[in-house]
Amino acid sequence: MALKKVRGNIERMFDKNLTDLVRGIRNSKENEAKYIAQCMEEIKQELRQENIAVKATAVAKLTYLQMLGYDISWAGFNIIEVMSSSKFTYKRIGYLASSQSFHTDTDLLMLTTNMIRKDLNSQNQYDAGVALSALACFISPDLARDLANDIMTLLSSTKPYLRKKAVLMMYKVFLRFPEALRPAFPRLKDKLEDMDCGVQSAAVNVVCELARKNPKNYLSLAPVFFKLMTSSTNNWMLIKIIKLFGALTPLEPRLGKKLIEPLTNLIHRIRTDNRFTKNNSVLSNSPVNGQNKLRDISHFWRCTSAMSLLYECINTVIAVLISISSGMPNHSASIQLCVQKLRILIEDSDQNLKYLGLLAMSKILKTHPKSVQAHKDLIMICLDDKDESIRLRALDLLYGMVSKKNLMEIVKKLMVHMDKAEGTVYRDELLVKIIDICSQDNYHFITSFEWYVSVLVELARVEGMKHGPLLAHQMLDVAVRVKAIRPFAVGQMSLLLNNAHMFMQPSGGSNMANVLYAAAWICGEYANELEKPEETLFSMLTGKVHSLPGHIQAAYVQNIMKVLSIILSKGDIQQSIKVCKRVSDKLAQYVSSGDLEVQERASAALQLISYIHKELENGDADDICTQVAYLFNGELNPVAPKAQRKVQVPEGLDLDQWINEPLQSSSESEDENQSDDHSNFFNLGGFDKKEEEENISSTVEQVEENRKARLYEQENNPNYLKLNSSIDQTCDIPITSIDLPTSLNVSGFVSSDKYIKAKKEKKDKKKSKKKKKGNNHFEEEEEEEIAIEMVVNRDIGEMPDGAEDSDGAIDVQKDINDPHTALDIDLDVPEIERPPPVEEKKHKKKKKEKEKKKKSEKSKKLKKLDKSDQQLIEIKQGYEEALGICTPSKEIVQAEDLSFGKLAMDKYILLEYKIDPKNELSNSATVFFRLTNVGNNCLIKNIEIDVTNSTAIQFLDEKNEPLSWYKLNNNIQCGSLTEFDLSLRVENISIPNTLRGTLTYMAQNFQDDNFHQDKLDWRLSLAVSDMFLKAAPSVPLVELLCNGQLVYKSSIILSGTNFNQVINWFSTKLHLVLVERVGETASLYGSNASSEQLCLLVKSNLNNVSVEAKCTSQTLVNNLMNEIKSTYNL
Amino acid sequence: MIKAILVFNNYGKPRLSKFYQYFNEDMQQQIIKETFQLVSKRDDNVCNFLEGGSLIGGSDYKLIYRHYATLYFVFCVDSSESELGILDLIQVFVETLDKCFENVCELDLIFHVDKIHYILNELVMGGMVLETNMTEILSRIEEQNKLEKQEAGLAGAPSRAVSAMKNMNIPQQLKDMKLPDLPQAIKELKF
Repeated sequence: MALKKVRGNIERMFDKNLTDLVRGIRNSKENEAKYIAQCMEEIKQELRQENIAVKATAVAKLTYLQMLGYDISWAGFNIIEVMSSSKFTYKRIGYLASSQSFHTDTDLLMLTTNMIRKDLNSQNQYDAGVALSALACFISPDLARDLANDIMTLLSSTKPYLRKKAVLMMYKVFLRFPEALRPAFPRLKDKLEDMDCGVQSAAVNVVCELARKNPKNYLSLAPVFFKLMTSSTNNWMLIKIIKLFGALTPLEPRLGKKLIEPLTNLIHRIRTDNRFTKNNSVLSNSPVNGQNKLRDISHFWRCTSAMSLLYECINTVIAVLISISSGMPNHSASIQLCVQKLRILIEDSDQNLKYLGLLAMSKILKTHPKSVQAHKDLIMICLDDKDESIRLRALDLLYGMVSKKNLMEIVKKLMVHMDKAEGTVYRDELLVKIIDICSQDNYHFITSFEWYVSVLVELARVEGMKHGPLLAHQMLDVAVRVKAIRPFAVGQMSLLLNNAHMFMQPSGGSNMANVLYAAAWICGEYANELEKPEETLFSMLTGKVHSLPGHIQAAYVQNIMKVLSIILSKGDIQQSIKVCKRVSDKLAQYVSSGDLEVQERASAALQLISYIHKELENGDADDICTQVAYLFNGELNPVAPKAQRKVQVPEGLDLDQWINEPLQSSSESEDENQSDDHSNFFNLGGFDKKEEEENISSTVEQVEENRKARLYEQENNPNYLKLNSSIDQTCDIPITSIDLPTSLNVSGFVSSDKYIKAKKEKKDKKKSKKKKKGNNHFEEEEEEEIAIEMVVNRDIGEMPDGAEDSDGAIDVQKDINDPHTALDIDLDVPEIERPPPVEEKKHKKKKKEKEKKKKSEKSKKLKKLDKSDQQLIEIKQGYEEALGICTPSKEIVQAEDLSFGKLAMDKYILLEYKIDPKNELSNSATVFFRLTNVGNNCLIKNIEIDVTNSTAIQFLDEKNEPLSWYKLNNNIQCGSLTEFDLSLRVENISIPNTLRGTLTYMAQNFQDDNFHQDKLDWRLSLAVSDMFLKAAPSVPLVELLCNGQLVYKSSIILSGTNFNQVINWFSTKLHLVLVERVGETASLYGSNASSEQLCLLVKSNLNNVSVEAKCTSQTLVNNLMNEIKSTYNL
Repeated sequence: MIKAILVFNNYGKPRLSKFYQYFNEDMQQQIIKETFQLVSKRDDNVCNFLEGGSLIGGSDYKLIYRHYATLYFVFCVDSSESELGILDLIQVFVETLDKCFENVCELDLIFHVDKIHYILNELVMGGMVLETNMTEILSRIEEQNKLEKQEAGLAGAPSRAVSAMKNMNIPQQLKDMKLPDLPQAIKELKF
């Protein structure tokens, strides 16, 4: 056997190990793939061998190849084999391979469950450690469900290393198996106060991750975190906690108020003059590749930590200040402090701090723009920074920097940047920002729209941009909203049309041609403003129009008609005939367009023109001209983006119902498009080419029909543009979906709006006059006014019933795929019960619920009070009564919801106990003791317990001999606790008993190194209820009552309490089992190990609660009643 | 959460890749490539943060990287991590490597990628930061190495000897030369 092993090893010596593989790959640069293929073959050979060492080497090599991009999932089974090796060396190799190549959907995972469980429970903590590390990478819902219990057990491992890993692992378990969250949460909460700082940090980490997505469920933990924040020195953890508070404050303003002081103190304390040097330059670049030492570099370590802490503090203060809008006296002082500190960061030579400073600044900008504006100079400097990341951040800030005075200057600067910028990404970003800045607040800052239009035109001429649609949208928006600018805009746009060839260069990725769409539409819609309509008309008919995208061609055709109608309306018949002839000649090229929509429109237009032509030649000029003019009569106005959504669905209309049953699955997508149309047409959504195509694909005629019907129906709805011929032909043009906070609404057609219109017109005239004088006055005032009036109008009268103005409500919809959605569990509210199969279980659950409820009530009550630190600690203590762990599987794991009761306490030590009766031995119980070191920085040792035993009640040792002296072997560190248990024998469990004893200990104080020896007396009273077994009745209660065993009766009336309190009290403190509850009546059951049984009937009367008891023993019932009386009086 | 940890050299050759979210191998390579392109074109004196690439993450994710001599250490993280904190973590990682390998250089990463993984596993677990205290990390690594040595014991000696021999600067041809199989007779000897 031994020889066999040696032989294996000798053979193995000459196998290729990982190093050889790497070396081999490096040496075969030319045909790497070939070499690797060869190695793969060898690996496959090796995996077939029995020697686990050979297999492990092979798997290690596979892991390396995986990094190079080779799929190794085929070796999954071999990886599992190596994982299951008993040797740590191989196990680690196996687990590493699995963590790199396995994932949630790997089928093989089901084979690993038991092996992983074995490793988790291994004696060697590193076996469990590697298993946890790997499991964290590939845990699947099944594994999470099956292993949740094992991982939960590890939470209370004696090894901090394992506790730490288990805590982190729990988060992964929660993600895959949300049901585990509720039972595990109390333990997780305990870990926040673990004695090991690493475990604490891990627990904080997990709660932060949980709270990030569902913050409201973790508000109750705020006191614990608050305490940690003020006591911890671990920067990493502090950062996490502070980040967490940032997420919690929006939900609880009081928390914010409480936080602001310690945080600002912290900010003050951290010195910002700790500059840390960048260390990438410190490394010397030696010429030989790969030989450079990554030397241990600098002392900057501590400095950065402080910086990161400072930064996070500022961030959270900002979050706090944003959430508490008012009522803070030194509110502005804090903001000033933050801004000042941020300025220091931004001015720092370190680019990282600069970047973060700007990032945080942008958060302040949203609520306190004034404070940020003071630092405009700095931000303008950052705009010139060589670092793109920083420039982008500075751009974000610019948004808030602009005013009416400096807008032009800033935009000019950005335009200069645009010329200089080499990267298209940055250029695109610049364009978006320019438009953002200018269009904010309904163009609030623009003083001259002529200027703005020329900026837009200039932007359109920049090559290689991908924001054509955005630009086009802006042009349309401005033209529609600002009446006075129309003549100028039309002039500019016709110029664009004349120079359309500029946009037709087939440059990759650019979609600037979209501005032609806007140009065509503006020229068509406001054709009466055109100076030379003929020229514009023919610029749309000539040139390489067929190379334009379909939707632009379609707009061309439509607007050719509009311009034509204007020309006709001039009444020059000869000219008109000439133009008509020329247009119909040229329009032919559109009829042969590849785009269906264009064809459709062009054919219709062509027919119309030939008809007009005929009529004109017949001399019916006037008539036909007016009729044509009707086609495009009326003005288009912006529609609020939400208008469509707000329309109430008419009674009897089911939008989800099929109008025509779908014929086959393939037509389904088409039908979807149709239902989309409903919103698209009127929301006048995007410029998406795809969308356009979709619209066309659903047969044009049908859509046309539907649309007509719908328009007719909605004629009286003011949210819609009124039906009129012009809409019929132009509403295909997506123009006016404008996402502005206050949107303009329809005007002009609703009679009540008439005066507004009149006012507007009057104003326009006034404005244009002013303009002529050279007095640059602003249109936006008028715009604003109208906007406000319109919004009000809509809000009062025209919002459909039941449609709340739920801004953003629709956007908040959670992503169903996000695993965190399932974790949105309110941990303070008891679980909604499903009917459990076992009755006993139900009772336990109920009890637990009640306790939970009580606790949340307690914490709520405390919250109401002004939270001083003291109280925060109190709340924390409330949590210590560990809630039982309810496992998701059927087994009930020690669901003991007994809490520890205080036995004795002084300033060094706290002694607590709880009693658990033993079922099997009629008169025994286990007493759990818990000793907590509550002293200030001291160690407690030499702990002894002396008991005054009596025959009635005594402690026992292992040999069942009376035990009068017990010595604790371990010492208790500061702030930690220890637990031990003793068994107790009671002669008669139907009567209350008392046991006296003393606790002696020695406390070593670290502060002055003094020793302090002390003795504490304690008195343990054992009530009859303490010995009740928490078991449900073996026979139904009715049967029990009828069979005549329960002969002894007693009753009591409790006044000044309510039913729920009593039930709650009975089931938690008296350990009675709730059997049945109907309204305000309940029956409870109790039994002890001497097989005495007891039934309680609790009824609620007007202002008191009556309790009737029936029992097999007179003593028991009497003693219980006495107990109830005495505790009740307390 | 950390979504991925990538280490590659100045030419984009991967030296370590750890993904805490599943991507298939092709995608992983693409991500490494894209990240390299993003990171490598940046000067050394610009900031260490980069708004994420298109392949990994989205607007919530950031690339936080450090460049040491020939290597880039890139962490892809979401907004729950502190930017400077992660920079510190990278530093801890590199310093730990430095302690473990005594003046770590790229070659160490090339030939001991498995060990690098084990070290990383002591810092980060499943995308969450496990430990930031270097002494603690080092002692954990040390203990595990000890465990491994114990297990190897005597049986490991021959293979260690061979690998020592292999590590000597023998010309590659010699080393890649196939050693003849042990005589069949010896193999079939019954013990």
